[in-house]
Amino acid sequence: MPSSGADSYRLRLYVAGQTPKSVLAFRNLTQICEEHLQGRYEIEIVDLLKNPQLARGDQILAVPTLVRRLPEPIKKIIGDLSNTERVLVGLDLRVRQ
Amino acid sequence: MNRIAGAKSDAGVPSCLPRGRTLAKSPTGIHGLDEITRGGLPTGRPTLVCGGPGSGKTLLALTFLVNGAIRFDEPGVLMTFEENADEIASDVASLGFDLPELIKAQKLAVDYVRVERSEIEETGEYDLEGLFVRLDYAIRTVGARRVVLDTIESLFAGLKNDVILRSELRRLFRWLKDQGVTAVITGERGEGSLTRQGLEEYVSDAVILLDHRVHDQVSTRRLRVVKYRGSHHGTNEYPFLINADGISVLPVSSMALEHDAPLERVSSGVARLDEMLSGQGYYRGSTILVSGTAGTGKTSLAAHFLDAACRRGERCLCFLFEESPPQLLRNMRSIGIDLEPWVAAGLLQFHADRPSRYGLETHLVTMHHVVADFKPTITVIDPVTNLMTVGTYADVQAMLTRMIDHLKTENITAMLTSLVPGQTEIERTETAISSLMDTWIVLANDEVGGRHRRGLYLLKSRGMAHSNELRHFRLTNHGLSLLDAATEPHDRSDAGDGPWEGQNRHATV
Repeated sequence: MPSSGADSYRLRLYVAGQTPKSVLAFRNLTQICEEHLQGRYEIEIVDLLKNPQLARGDQILAVPTLVRRLPEPIKKIIGDLSNTERVLVGLDLRVRQ
Repeated sequence: MNRIAGAKSDAGVPSCLPRGRTLAKSPTGIHGLDEITRGGLPTGRPTLVCGGPGSGKTLLALTFLVNGAIRFDEPGVLMTFEENADEIASDVASLGFDLPELIKAQKLAVDYVRVERSEIEETGEYDLEGLFVRLDYAIRTVGARRVVLDTIESLFAGLKNDVILRSELRRLFRWLKDQGVTAVITGERGEGSLTRQGLEEYVSDAVILLDHRVHDQVSTRRLRVVKYRGSHHGTNEYPFLINADGISVLPVSSMALEHDAPLERVSSGVARLDEMLSGQGYYRGSTILVSGTAGTGKTSLAAHFLDAACRRGERCLCFLFEESPPQLLRNMRSIGIDLEPWVAAGLLQFHADRPSRYGLETHLVTMHHVVADFKPTITVIDPVTNLMTVGTYADVQAMLTRMIDHLKTENITAMLTSLVPGQTEIERTETAISSLMDTWIVLANDEVGGRHRRGLYLLKSRGMAHSNELRHFRLTNHGLSLLDAATEPHDRSDAGDGPWEGQNRHATV
């Protein structure tokens, strides 16, 4: 789903293989995006087992890690993204309570 | 070189180890540490190095890594959690470690892991597979045999979920073992525990504790091997030093009493004193203490010893803790001993320092280095008692034991002079070192008819039939001249009841 424009979201989800946690994280992420960012987001999945050298650049430590690359600043959310509220706060889509 | 071949499979069950077989070890290349640990850190296992801020943890870990890469053909990985690669590189550049060059040569990989709690939102389950992937990638990139994690406890500040973190750390250390890499994990000293986060619970093969304390405004660093599963190790606290050459741990050689006992003799430089020493002088490689109050001729006796040695073409090292070399040269010329030509010929070297300038361990290491560089056969320390002002009694004793031990191992004959505050206290002040001495010469003045007379006697001299006479002597313009006891008619008119007898009786030898 390519998108453009000032308020477009470029997201990258780092996983390490197809684990239950990574599958869950991806499902949670697409759900949240469809609901809140429809038409203006782009998700890229990076499997660190295939591309281990990519972990360093984004300072990936935990998996799954969601990185909001755009809009800046870069934001990181780790975990299976099961807490929608937290994810929205992390993506700056909702103000922290 | 230090690696001891051993059955790896046995190593996990030390109690089953056959006698004489030890587990494989990876040398750190750190002067002294490999001796204490009898060969280095356990190969293929993690070692925890803990200590307070500034105690030298990172430096020790890095030295292990760099030495591995350069000297032992074991490439390494540094995973740093506190400083980035540039900062680390500039920190250790002064020690001659060229990290960028090692990285370029594929002997070292550095990965800086930065965790900033404020930048991370946590939601739901996760694991630290990303960390594993990075470490694994770095290890494979250089074919690493050694890994340093410095300081992994920083993760606790960056991540909120302690439960996940702890179980992942447990998994990480097991994983490191499975990789067969020799790892050093640093940890900050905690209150009432070795590390703040109790890492010692996970890393239990070997634990090294570093300590940096200040006593009477003199700082001392110490190292202790708290634990070393399946191996013997020195259990004392060992002083160590961080200087331009990196880390040195002392002692190097005091693990056992294994010095040779040569029969060769060396002249004291005073013919009549040699006669008192069963006619031949001191034993080569022995340690001689010359003690006495101020102005009794201690340095003069040492100068004779040095002069005689240089005449034989021996290399002599003289540590001065009171006088400067020019002062000593001038003073000795006044009694007809000219040491200057020996200095010019390179046979005699002075090394003068104010005792208070450094802590004890610095003096010790410096002396070790100077001895190693100059390779003397004779060493004089004048006066050794001035060193006692820089440490506690126990520290000084420990230090001198190590120094003397080292000299003995190197078969260096050592003469230590000892300044005694007052005649009555001779024995008490000497107990710190007297038992380490092979020969003990006591110098003292006594007073007869309003005149000082100089005297000396041998309180002990191990392994030889030595004279037990008190002999008077004069310091003349051609040196120290022992008077003949037999031709001294007024000598010891109060025999048997004089101050000498009393001293002999109480001497702790």
